[in-house]
Amino acid sequence: MQTPQPYPARWKRPPVLFTHTGWRRAIYAGALVYLVLAMQSIEIDWQRVYLGLDRGWKFVEGFLTPDFTTRWRDISEGLIESLTMTITSTVAGVLVSVPIGIGAARNLAPMPVYLACRGIITLSRSFQEIIIAILLVAMFGFGPFAGFLTLAFASIGFLSKLLAEDIEACDRSQIEAIRATGASWWQVVNYAVQPQVMPRLVGLSLYRLDINFRESAVIGIVGAGGIGATLNTAIDRYEYDSAGAILIIIIAIVLVVEYSSSYIRRWVQ
Amino acid sequence: MTNQPSTPVWQYRSSKQTLLGWLGWFLLVALTVFCWQLMNENTIWAFVSDAPDQAADIGGRMFPPAWGYIDQLWKPLWDTLNIATLGTLIGVAVAVPVAFLAANNTTPSRRFVRPLALLLIVTSRSINSLIWALLLVAVIGPGLLAGVIAIGLRSIGFIAKLLYEAIEEIDFSQVEAVRATGASGAQVIDYAIVPQILPAFWGISVFRWDINIRESTILGLVGAGGLGIQLSASLATLAWNQVAMIFVVILGTVIISEWVSARVRQAVI
Repeated sequence: MQTPQPYPARWKRPPVLFTHTGWRRAIYAGALVYLVLAMQSIEIDWQRVYLGLDRGWKFVEGFLTPDFTTRWRDISEGLIESLTMTITSTVAGVLVSVPIGIGAARNLAPMPVYLACRGIITLSRSFQEIIIAILLVAMFGFGPFAGFLTLAFASIGFLSKLLAEDIEACDRSQIEAIRATGASWWQVVNYAVQPQVMPRLVGLSLYRLDINFRESAVIGIVGAGGIGATLNTAIDRYEYDSAGAILIIIIAIVLVVEYSSSYIRRWVQ
Repeated sequence: MTNQPSTPVWQYRSSKQTLLGWLGWFLLVALTVFCWQLMNENTIWAFVSDAPDQAADIGGRMFPPAWGYIDQLWKPLWDTLNIATLGTLIGVAVAVPVAFLAANNTTPSRRFVRPLALLLIVTSRSINSLIWALLLVAVIGPGLLAGVIAIGLRSIGFIAKLLYEAIEEIDFSQVEAVRATGASGAQVIDYAIVPQILPAFWGISVFRWDINIRESTILGLVGAGGLGIQLSASLATLAWNQVAMIFVVILGTVIISEWVSARVRQAVI
């Protein structure tokens, strides 16, 4: 009779991620070497950091006791610019991205149109807002108009890509059913595709509205108008209480927009 | 065939719904027009109509890009990668405990701790990393450290939000099973919750790393190190061919990081 194997007293959890031992060790070693190298590239000037702590504390104080009144004129102007920029650019972005989104859906558009629309989407998505804003400010001058163009351009890539994916994921049988009645291409889009993607399009537009407001607070730093410019000025003047007030306003508006847009989205879908 | 007067014609919506729909559209259009006028009060249209000439001029100066300039870009590129990676690590290190505190089923106190954790997440999420960098450069001085911390602060909210949603969606029977063996709280987290959220965790982290690479390329515009410092120097001297070269490098980096992140997410999820 065979002697029973001693029951193992210890159990070690098998690794989840890199199952091959050699590879696992190599990857861990590589990560460690990288970390050491990366840490060395950071030069920390402790004296400067120490001096800055004082200023950092002043900023925390400014955040806790925000000053809305002294610069209220600047703040309200920046806010109005940001909000108007957000709304107009989202509307313009949606208007342009609907045809591009339809063109970029493989099941609706012929090959040349598909490639052209995909090209536009890739172009719009590959550069981020700040870089587009730098170029557009150089072309159109300072102010919210350049910001409007930046946000609209960035919205096009985002919305058309997601819309196109949504159209491609449509229920094919509905399209076939409408087509079987002898409907033209326009009628197919109108009666088979549009009802299926409309709730999603509304949701995406509201989500983009949310993103556009956040971005509108940033692109002002490079001169494209909005609350970001006001914030930049406040920090340059070392007015941390005004800067704190602006940040609190941004956070509050983002919260309101996010909650109301998620509420509307739930209601639409 | 004629319509019988007695049978009502089929309508998609009742007349009240139709009216409300039109009213909604009308309000949207009115709001957009109003915002458009408010936004463009101060726009100087001469600059706008001038834009095609400006675009042609800048385009002419950008082409051909200053290929030789790449020699001076390797070091900033390395810095940019480090900012993104180290910043992501900081973000992950802080976000994981915050996510456990914020998730409905793991938080120690739903009334006190959870709202605090959610507030932290919202604050971190609503402020763009460029604004964090702007503040940190003023506080701890220009350099890589400000960039790393800015990226880290922005990443906390993103990672913690997606992670706590993943924690809230876990299968609770596994937690009960592990608890039934007499496991302590830490062991329950280790053996019942962590294995369930690990794929989501890797996916989220790599996704955020990819976004951070994009964002860290421009942090230098406010002095926080990386490619952006070269970009702002080239912009300030109007050396558009160098700017074009930097754009090429940024585009290459973004494409590679997106590819890496897509591969890793495919492998993990």
